[in-house]
Formats: sequence, structure tokens, C-alpha cells
Amino acid sequence: MNRQLYGKVIFDLSKPGRRGYHLSGAGCEDTLSSLPASLMRSAAPRLPEVDEPTVVRHYTNMSTNNFGVDTGFYPLGSCTMKYNPKINEEMAALPQFAALHPLQPIFTAQGALKAYYELQSLLSEIGGMAEFTLNPYAGAHGELTGLMVIRAYHDSRDDKARTKVIVPDSAHGTNPASAAVAGLQVVQVKSLPDGTVDVEALRPLLDETVAAVMMTNPNTVGIFEHNIPAIAEMVHACGALMYYDGANLNPLLGVVRPGDMGFDVMHINLHKTFSTPHGGGGPGAGPVGVRAGLEEFLPNPRVKKLEHEGQTLYYHTDEPSALGRISSWLGNFAVELRALAYILTLGREGLKMAGPLATLNANYIKESLRDLYLLPIDRVCKHEFVFDGLADKSTGITTLNIAKRLLDHGFHAPTIYFPLLFHESLMIEPTETESIETLDEFIAVMRDIAREAKETPDVVRDAPHNTPVRHPDDTAAALKPVVTYFQL
Amino acid sequence: MIHRYFPHTSGDIAAMLAKCGMACLDDLYADVPDSLKLKGDYNVPSSMSEEEVRAYFRDLADSNLPLTCFAGSGFYDHYAPAVINHIISRSEFLTAYTPYQPEISQGTLQYIFEYQTMMTELTGLDVSNASMYDGSTAVAEAMLMAVAHARKRNRVLVSSTLNPIYIDVINTYARYHGVKVDLIPEADGVTDLGAMESMLADGDVAGVILPSPNCYGILEDFTGVADKVHAAKALLIITSPASVLGVIKTPGEWGADVAAGDAQSLGMPLNFGGPYLGYMCCTSALIRKLPGRIVGATTDASGQRTFVLTLQAREQHIRREKATSNICSNQGLMTLYAAVYLSLMGAEGLREVNEISACRTRQLVKKLEETGLFEQKYPGKPYLNEVTMRYKGKAALDILLSTVCADYGILPGVQIDDDTVVFCATERRTVEEVDALAVALTAAHDDVKDIES
Repeated sequence: MNRQLYGKVIFDLSKPGRRGYHLSGAGCEDTLSSLPASLMRSAAPRLPEVDEPTVVRHYTNMSTNNFGVDTGFYPLGSCTMKYNPKINEEMAALPQFAALHPLQPIFTAQGALKAYYELQSLLSEIGGMAEFTLNPYAGAHGELTGLMVIRAYHDSRDDKARTKVIVPDSAHGTNPASAAVAGLQVVQVKSLPDGTVDVEALRPLLDETVAAVMMTNPNTVGIFEHNIPAIAEMVHACGALMYYDGANLNPLLGVVRPGDMGFDVMHINLHKTFSTPHGGGGPGAGPVGVRAGLEEFLPNPRVKKLEHEGQTLYYHTDEPSALGRISSWLGNFAVELRALAYILTLGREGLKMAGPLATLNANYIKESLRDLYLLPIDRVCKHEFVFDGLADKSTGITTLNIAKRLLDHGFHAPTIYFPLLFHESLMIEPTETESIETLDEFIAVMRDIAREAKETPDVVRDAPHNTPVRHPDDTAAALKPVVTYFQL
Repeated sequence: MIHRYFPHTSGDIAAMLAKCGMACLDDLYADVPDSLKLKGDYNVPSSMSEEEVRAYFRDLADSNLPLTCFAGSGFYDHYAPAVINHIISRSEFLTAYTPYQPEISQGTLQYIFEYQTMMTELTGLDVSNASMYDGSTAVAEAMLMAVAHARKRNRVLVSSTLNPIYIDVINTYARYHGVKVDLIPEADGVTDLGAMESMLADGDVAGVILPSPNCYGILEDFTGVADKVHAAKALLIITSPASVLGVIKTPGEWGADVAAGDAQSLGMPLNFGGPYLGYMCCTSALIRKLPGRIVGATTDASGQRTFVLTLQAREQHIRREKATSNICSNQGLMTLYAAVYLSLMGAEGLREVNEISACRTRQLVKKLEETGLFEQKYPGKPYLNEVTMRYKGKAALDILLSTVCADYGILPGVQIDDDTVVFCATERRTVEEVDALAVALTAAHDDVKDIES
């Protein structure tokens, strides 16, 4: 990463008279001027005027101030920043997929529909579910869809009093937000000191007003919820359904399937567990799976397969029993192609290794740093774990300071101040695609920061020191928001 | 044999297990009840080599039929400059996470800021967020925003001339969020504004959602609408494909509070439905109600212009169950796509795109009318690159259109009822292709005119 700020925005480079395009428009005459002026813009938008080489150099320079998985280690807890394979990009860009119009007849899109069908089948196998929809665009969108499936299910049984969702206090922020958007009230259940859900606290909350319990397993402190069979039984006994937040699915690859744990509905973040790139905040994909008996509530359109006299036809349907449509079409299709390429490349052998190696990497870091960082939950973790800041609290060095100091050393920061169970949460998830050498470098830097915290605390407190920008003024940004170039 | 994506040698694994005081990988899962564990392997094919993966996908790709596209209906086949794919494939952009650490994310933050600026210019509004998923969910979230803004009122009026796919998505979000959606009827292909007025008078309205161009390709006239909507204390939400906003009267000029829609028309590949780019803009008065991420400018310790995520107190990870939107990951990289596209095209390029598309669509109308098989359904109504045609041929319309796909490699518009097709011609279509469409329809009609639907 370039540690000098490039800093220009494209508008800085604009000069009247330059252009970056050439359209032929052969055989065209002036048409827009024949439209009523009252329906047309009064002035052209102020967009940049730039030539092609300037555009290429601008964005290339801009990219050098960015840090990605291809740049270095990205131990961002609950985000599963694993390597994004290049073959996936190549497959997703094939022109015979890129040119497909969503509304073209099914017989002209058999390959695309088959890709969708195959991926949903593979995810069903991996999730232990009966069917997946790939239509949701992101994890939070998947949560919303899954909760709507649950509401549609209860509605179909005329069980309309179920308006609550129970969510552990360690849950991802999207869980309660998704519940609220789905029109459900959120009831929080507390965690035990070991980070797992308090079964005794959960029991009295379960009644005929509960639609679902939303959990992630392993939870956000990286601990496997070993009481899950008992929890699932209690939840089902009260008539509610179990929702699995798939953000933390990665460590269970090859080991446990959510369906086998008693979950009825789940989502998967393809941009986490299935290696599709995060793209600086998307596009992701949040497929939703359901156990047998709930398929009819999945959103439209659904993709199905018909086999007849040795011929196979893939088609899409709009089911009247569905919860409705939650996206324009079949989701972020090109993201789905990447995930399909990933699963086929790993195959059953590779998938089986991904979870254990991710878990091994996390435990290796935890065991290598536990003498210097406070480990509030001392158990075997799964893909991630949480330190509650430095073990030595006398230095005054915070989790934020540590995170920023890591940036100086060429590492992305861990997730900080989440989960909310601890004051100084520092949540580390290495993923399975990091080598022991990378982990050792990270461990050495973390140990060095702990030493600095004692010996030269100002160095840590003032970090970062050699990033393109340092200590941005967030308060000023929020007090008087400047959100466009023309407000600068 | 270890997979090529995993750097672990058997020696590494042994050393790391030893550090953890364990003998084998299974020990890492000692806390997982045996009854839950997967017995054996997934029923998933064995690992494929890169060449095998290529062959698999080539087979899939070859079973699609590439068509010359005269369909729109929310998804547009516009030209994309070659530069864009090279820029968005740069792994510094592609493999980054959400820019939560601004010190090492200025690239992402900067292009989102550029994108926000460009979208406010296109919509004529003050503020843009850092994207929604697609046009349909953007409009659905705009509805939720209106309802949250109105507090007690929860009725939303939606024009029946809105893309039916969007209406479906709006209905889904509304049903589970307790919002009452009432469709404003159409009159002669446009929103019946008189009907809208009386529906407003019935009260309880939080927002009004209107499209232009609408699902028939017609540019709607919203003169006086904003005053009526605002008099009812409701928000006016206008939705348009982003590309046409380069030339038509903007939502801001109509007096809208919110503009939401799809920016796929900014040269993004059709990609069988995604990824696309939902956009949402609003007036500055509503900035704290806007869902999603927002990038703002500030300075750093040495006074450099710096970009950060700002006003995060609106977002789901802070507000949790009090949030009015749950959006987290959005369409990040597609905002870079839009920013590069709009940088290259500029205002003049966008005007030319619309100019050529509009001209080509008129050529298409003329050619289709010459076949004797179609006539304009709403003659005299203003349109850009989409037009609704009534079919008056003998052959069953669905069979005719399928035949044109199968035998002539042309996607001839989108059929919306028994005798109606919405055609679209973008700047990518040539005069020769328009001619070929007319020839194909005529020839296919001769081929199938005796077949029952």
C-alpha cells in the first residue's frame, strides 16, 4: 500500500473540452429537442470532463491508498476475510452470462438457471437444508428474507400472535435491525459468562408470542453453543422456529451442518464463507435456506428443474404461497457464479479442511497472545475469538490504540468494540487462507505493541504514524456533513 | 494433499496443534456434541482443477443463447467503456472490506464520495448514500423511510405505472412492516393525478411513489404534484433509471424529497439480474433519516482532505432494534463502476447516450409500424428509449416472440399482456439491428401465424 495520500477526486481533474468516450450513433438525428422542454432538465449535471488516460491514472493512484485481502492480513472478526480466488472472477465475467437479460425466455438462459440451481443444491447440502433461494443481496437482506419466511409460515397456520424474535445480547447488529424491519419486536436474551446463551434465561421467554429465535453458532465470541440441541427442542416445543445467522458458518465447514443442529431457516454470506470479494462493502449475497416443509414460503422467483424423457429443463416460477418478491430478480447473479466456482474448486475434500484450518489458525493466535492480552473466555474457540484489550490495564492503552498501531505494521485492524459484552473487545478472525508465517508476524507485532504500551505508550496512543492519513476528524465530519464535492 | 488455497504443510499443522496443546484437528471440535457432527463427507463433487472448472463453466455458458437485446423494463443494455472493468478489477478495490479504517481505505472512501456527488447531480437532490442493493429494494426502503419520517401515518400511495417487479418488492416489504400500500390508478398510460389527489385527501399518507419514465416508457409530467403531496405532509419519492436522469427533469426539480432507483443503466452488464446498483438520494433536511452508509469529507491531523464514514448513528450496528433499515453490506464496488462510467461519459456523453437511444427507439417504432404487426399503444406520449406497442398480428404473441429469440437471436422486448410489448433500444443498437428486428418479426410471423398459443 502506498503510504503517501493520493487524495485527488475526479472533479479536481476536470477541464472543459475533455472527453472520455466515443459513441458512433450512426444514422441518428436530433431527437431530445423534440420532447417537451417542461419534462427536461434545465441544466446539465455537473459531471467531470476528463480524458481516458487521466481517468485510468486517477483511479489507479486512488487504489494504492487502499488495503485489501490481496494486500495483506485482514483479521477482521465476523467478516471472514479469506482469499478471493482469481478463477472465480474469470468465470463470473464470461460474456455468455454477462449479456443475459433477466426477462429473456428460459430456453435461452439454461446455463444461467442451471448455475443457480446447482449452487442452491450445493448450499442445501452444506447447510443441511431442503432448498435455498439465492435472491437476497447481502447477509442482512438474507436475515430479513429469512424472518419473512418465518412470518409467512406462521401466517399460513393462522398463528398470528407470534410477533417476537429472541436474539442473544452478543448478536450481530443486523439481527435486531432485520427483526425490526420485518415488523417483529426484539427480545434480548443474555449470555452466560462463557459467552453462550443462558438456557435458563431463555426458557421463560418462550411462549406462543415468539416467532423465532435467531442465533449464530459459533457465536460472536467464537464459542460453539454446545446447548444448541436443547435450545432447538425448547424453541420448537413452543411452536417457534430456529433462525441461523450464517455469518459465522466458516469454522463449521466439513464439521457440522446448521440443519442438523435443529435450525429451520438460515442465511449464508457468500462474501464470507464462500470467498466472494467484499468489494469495499458489496456486492455480496445472502442466500436463505429452509428445512423441508418451508420451501413454499421462499421468495419469488424460484428456480426449479424438470426432468422428462432424458431432457432437463431449468425454469423459474412465481408461487402464490411465497412470501413475495424481495429482489428484482435472482439476486447478485455474478456473485453466485463466483461462489459456485469456489465450491467446485474446493470440492468435498477442500471444504472439509476449510473449517478446521480456520479454527486452528484462530486458536494458534489466541494461544500465542493470551499472556499479554486479556482473554475473557478461556475455551477452545472456533474461527474467531475476543480479547478484552491488553492484560495489563495499567497502561491506559485502549483497543482503538492497538487497532491503529496494527495499521502501521501493514495489518488490517481486527473488529473492535464488538461484541458489546466486553468494554475493550478486540475480535480476531484469521481464516484458513493465512500461513503460519503470516500469523507469526502478526503475533510478533501484537507482542511488540503490548511491550510498547508499557515502555513507549505515546507511540501506541498516537498511532497510526505511517498511513496515508492520520487521525481524521470524525467529529467535524458529523457536525457539519460535507457529502458532495460541491460542498467542499 | 493440501488444497492450493491453504498454506498449511503437515509440519505447520502439527506445530500449531502443539501450541494449542492438541493432538489432532478433531480436538478443536471436542466441544461439539458427536450427535451433531457430519458423518462422512458432503455430497459434493470432488475438487476440480482450474481447467476442469473452466470446462464446467464453459459448458454452462454455452447453454445460454446470446441475444440482440431490445428488452428493457428495468434492465438496460447500455455500452460500457473498456476502462471500467480494468479499474473495478484492481484487487485493492475488489478485495477490501467496508472502509471502517479510514487510514487505509481512502481509495474506497474517495470513490464513494465521488459517486455521491455524481448521484446528487443526476437526481438534483442534496445528499446520496453509498448505495442500496437494487432499484426495487431502494424504492422499498424509501417507502420505509417515508413511514419512519411520518411516525404515525403508515399508508403509501404507489403509482400503478411503476415497474410491476418494483411493486411486488414494495408489497413484500410493506406487508411485513405494517405499511398499507394503495395503488394509484393509471389513465392513458400515466399516473392518474386526479385520483392521487383524492387518495391523499383520504388521509394517513406517509409517502407517494411515482416513476418517470414509467413501465410503458412514458415520461410523466409531475407539475404541481409536490405541492399536493407536501400539503398532505407526505414525502414525494420519484424513481427513474439513473441514465435518463442525465437529460430529463430531475426529482429535485419536481420537488421530490427522495429519489431512489437503479443505476444499472450506467453501463452495467445485465448479468442475468445482478449485481446492479440501487441508489437513494434525499434533501439535506432528511439526511439523518437516510438509510445506508454516507461518506463525508473532513481533515486529518496534518490538515489533509480526508474522507470518512459519517453519521453512523443512523445505522443498524448502532441502533440495533431501533433501526429503520437493516442494510449493512450494500453494492460497494458498483458505486466505483458508476463513478468511473460517469467520469468517462460526463454530462455530454450521458446526453449522447440518451440522444442516440431515443433516436434509435423512434426508428424502431417506425420499422415496427411498417411491418403492420404493431402500433404504438400510447401515441403522442413523450418517451425516450422505451416504447409500448400494441400487437395486431395473427400469430399468438408469445409464440411469435419466442420464435424471434430462438430462430433469429433477437430478444424482441418484454410482453406485458396478451397484445402488448414494451420495446427498448439503447445506443448499442444499430440501424441494421433495428431493421433485422423488423425483418425477424415479419418472417417469424409468417412461420407461426397458424399456431395456436
